[in-house]
Amino acid sequence: MKTVLPAPDISRAIVRIAHEILERYDGADSITLLGIPTRGAHLATRIAAAINAIEGGQVAVGTLDTTMHRDDLRTRSPKALLPTLIPTAGVEGRHVVLVDDVLFSGRTIRAALDALGEIGRPTSVSLAVLVDRGHRELPIKADFVGKNIPTSRSEIIKVNLVEVDGTDEVTIAEGGVK
Amino acid sequence: MKHLLSINDLSRDESILILDTAAELARISDGPMKKLPTLRGRTIVNLFAEDSTRTRISFEAAAKRLSADVINFSAKGSSLSKGESLKDTAQTLQAMGADAVVIRHPASGAPFRLADNQWMSGAVINAGDGTHEHPSQALLDAYTIRKHLGKGAKDLAGLRVAIVGDILHSRVARSNVLLLTKLGAHVTLVAPPTLLPFGVDSWPVIISYDLDSVIPQVDAIMMLRIQQERMHEIFFPSAREYSRYFGLNRDRINALNPNAIIMHPGPMNRGLEITADAADSARSVIVEQVSNGVSVRMAILYLLLGGAPIEGGIN
Repeated sequence: MKTVLPAPDISRAIVRIAHEILERYDGADSITLLGIPTRGAHLATRIAAAINAIEGGQVAVGTLDTTMHRDDLRTRSPKALLPTLIPTAGVEGRHVVLVDDVLFSGRTIRAALDALGEIGRPTSVSLAVLVDRGHRELPIKADFVGKNIPTSRSEIIKVNLVEVDGTDEVTIAEGGVK
Repeated sequence: MKHLLSINDLSRDESILILDTAAELARISDGPMKKLPTLRGRTIVNLFAEDSTRTRISFEAAAKRLSADVINFSAKGSSLSKGESLKDTAQTLQAMGADAVVIRHPASGAPFRLADNQWMSGAVINAGDGTHEHPSQALLDAYTIRKHLGKGAKDLAGLRVAIVGDILHSRVARSNVLLLTKLGAHVTLVAPPTLLPFGVDSWPVIISYDLDSVIPQVDAIMMLRIQQERMHEIFFPSAREYSRYFGLNRDRINALNPNAIIMHPGPMNRGLEITADAADSARSVIVEQVSNGVSVRMAILYLLLGGAPIEGGIN
């Protein structure tokens, strides 16, 4: 197992993504960050904090669970649902930024887009991820990337965050077929 | 889990998983996502060989909110009323490709026959069998109690629940005793001795014949329907006497704890086991039980059908 992104790099990536989001949308007013639980939700909270530190004010932040919209539900045992918390302003007319920890096949993001479509019609949807590891199975691409990490399919990328895992780091390990 | 036949099929953790899933589904459905695509393409048959309003509609609403296809099948108007056997009915459902059968049947154990005999491969959900069990009702009751009185806890540890009335014929009471005690609640059964089942002294409950002494000590009081259709003998001298000793009325509501809730699985006999002002009082969560029922049944359907098909019985 090798650390590919130590704690200081994660913090820097989050601050940079916050700047990029603000630059793209010309300020924080129209942005809604939606993190995909579990770790994407914590990353969204951190990006929101970074945006608030830059702009002052409060950027809208929430969570979006994709479990019920996944296309691989029938290939595994049912999972417990995680919270979906949409900010009171809703998503209608907002620039929604989806936040996840790792972008891999793209299937989670497809499910998130479907879930989002049930909630309303955002003005735009973009995607921020901490790690893009490649191997897309769908035509999906991230707009804001913490770090591109080329991997082989069998390797396992693990994002650890203080809120969940007690430490901040991204590791890569040889693994079985994933 | 492959089937939901009895509360005994569920571990404490599985029960809590159902309640947590239901809570999350309730939050999603109250918000903007009314319909979820999760069970698209799955067929759920509601096989009701006994009358029902709430349970059937509730399972139907739950299945439809999860995008499943629903086929309703009741005894009246089907070949069941021509005397078709359960086995032949089951094989018909199997041939039609039912992924799950929600069954209500006047015979205790009918869902077990359906599930155990390899008559069909789908999941079987017991929606009330005779005087035996009604697990989804117990789960929605536990959900309602936890929501009102749980103070954020996962289980019902330490909460005191009284179940009052016709315990003898009540599948709701049986499932509730199993589930509530599994979740750590203390259950008191209150009924005239004639309406308590044989062997009740071996259940993990307290038994009382005096409603007035129990009322001030409970957090939730669950009134059961006097089931006229199963009363083939005389169990109490008169309806008026029953209501006087075992009915919930205004005086008894006033003696309840300030936070206690009033429950009833429905349908109510207003004026018999519960007076109209008790049923409609601010403490009553009877209507809310119905809406919670949809969320709980969505959770059951999702957890039974949402994932990969399971071979064999309970995992």
